Amino acid sequence: MFRLRVLGQLLRASGAIRIAAVAASTFWLAGCGPVAGASVPGGDSAHGAKLIGHLGCGACHIIPGISQAEGLVGPPLDHFGRRMIIAGLLPNTPENLEAWLENPQAIVPGNAMPNMELKKDEARDIATYLYTLR
Amino acid sequence: MNAINRDTRRASRALAPLAFGILSLFALPARAAPPLTYMIGDGPKAYPVVSLTWGLLIISLIVITIMTVLVCLGAVHRRSPRGDLSIEAVPLLHGGAGLRWVGFGVVITGIVLFGSLIWTMAVLARVSNPPAGKSPLTIEITGQQWWWKARYLSADPSKVLTTADEFHIPVGQPVRVKLIGADVIHNFWVPALTGKMQAIPGKINETWLEASKPGRYRGQCTEYCGWQHAHMAFFVVADPPDVFQAWLTKQLEPAAPASAQDQHGQQLFQQHCGLCHTVRGTLAGGTVAPDLTHVMSRETLAAGTLPNTPGNLVGWVANPQSIKPGNNMPDLFLSGPDLTDITTYLRTLK
Ligand code: HEC
Ligand code: HEC
Ligand SMILES: [Cu+2]
Repeated sequence: MFRLRVLGQLLRASGAIRIAAVAASTFWLAGCGPVAGASVPGGDSAHGAKLIGHLGCGACHIIPGISQAEGLVGPPLDHFGRRMIIAGLLPNTPENLEAWLENPQAIVPGNAMPNMELKKDEARDIATYLYTLR
Repeated sequence: MNAINRDTRRASRALAPLAFGILSLFALPARAAPPLTYMIGDGPKAYPVVSLTWGLLIISLIVITIMTVLVCLGAVHRRSPRGDLSIEAVPLLHGGAGLRWVGFGVVITGIVLFGSLIWTMAVLARVSNPPAGKSPLTIEITGQQWWWKARYLSADPSKVLTTADEFHIPVGQPVRVKLIGADVIHNFWVPALTGKMQAIPGKINETWLEASKPGRYRGQCTEYCGWQHAHMAFFVVADPPDVFQAWLTKQLEPAAPASAQDQHGQQLFQQHCGLCHTVRGTLAGGTVAPDLTHVMSRETLAAGTLPNTPGNLVGWVANPQSIKPGNNMPDLFLSGPDLTDITTYLRTLK
């Protein structure tokens, strides 16, 4: 019993170290220059993909990995994880992308992308998926 | 004797997978029904047909099983002592015992086929007309490339409703359907409720349907009618009678007047879309495209092509030709702000 608990603590500690190391390297890389599309903490990319299918983003965008996403209204979203600018305006950071997805009309009023009333976590999951497109 | 036993056992082992396959067929309805299955039906028109379908299927399976067993037994069973392969041993040429079996086979087959025929004709007679005594609702449905227009007929012209692609009906009441083809031949099929009936230009075909429980039943055009034939679905939505009446009353109302900030969207709609589409209560009065007065009450767009979400709605208006190539709504090359205003207005048409 006692040994098990020690083992558990050790494991947990090593997990914490690993997370700290990853976080540190991410900050370090981010500090180095633009890393377009760093991944979004806590996002669920599989759920994001499902949402993209349900919401109908594919009616306007070509999106790799989403069935029937062949729309020709907005820009294709391939390589989105490596793009620099969102809507020709904002640097491609997770915060900006989520803001864009939640309310594109607030950022570029009158652009063709509708406000789809996404909730915060929905926008985060979608952003996570888009950042897997590298 | 021992050899025969062994052979039979071997044969029965070979038959086991077949039997399992047949049994698993019967397990199908237990899973979620596929949207276009005709092995599960609903309503007084579908029940007799579905029983008939299952009945004939089971009879066929029994016949196949018996035949397979007999053929297998025949193959492994030795009639003559080992080594005696002379032609005299074949019984057909001695006393005609084999011919008697042929006679048996023909008689049994004849009885089964005749029974099936009677059953089939009885079912056809039973479903050919709606049950007498009730005066059913009549819907006139026009199939056209590649969507369905419906008119709910009524003696009172102000109660005639025009809508598209999603037809509500009251549960437990027969509904007459008059079918017209506007351009080429289409075919109206709601597998869970009613068999196929063609919609032919210049002719009115009649059929009927009735649902006995609430639900959303998918229908499909089943006569190849051009490029987007596969995207020519529709839905029959069965509601409890009071819900249906409420739906009908709501659908008959014209669109609510546009609010101040939707005025511009409404104007643009009349200008760009009004020659094809109707929104009752506005100047948009076109009749060659789906009535959009209550478009937001529909769950799908463009004859089942897209779920009706804000993204799909705006995407459809922005590029109908890349979503459903060849359909009769052209790409309109709207500017972003015009598209936004028009679709913001559309989304108020509840
Ligand atoms: C009605 C069409 C339409 C729909 C639906 C739509 N978009 Fe867009 N989207 C656009 C247009 C047009 C732009 C370009 C806007 C601009 O540059 O101002 C755009 C831009 C974007 C961008 C920025 C792309 C870039 O390279 O600048 C992203 C990311 C995006 N959309 C994601 C989505 C997602 C995710 C959805 C579904 C939730 C969606 N869009 C639904 C039309 C649409
Ligand atoms: C030339 C005629 C024409 C014009 C102009 C036109 N449409 Fe359409 N529209 C159609 C047709 C035809 C369909 C049915 C397409 C199909 O499902 O095959 C359709 C379908 C639609 C649908 C889906 C309706 C449903 O219930 O499924 C919407 C929404 C729509 N149009 C909106 C618009 C808007 C908004 C405009 C103006 C910006 C417009 N249309 C202009 C012909 C037109
Ligand atoms: Cu067809």
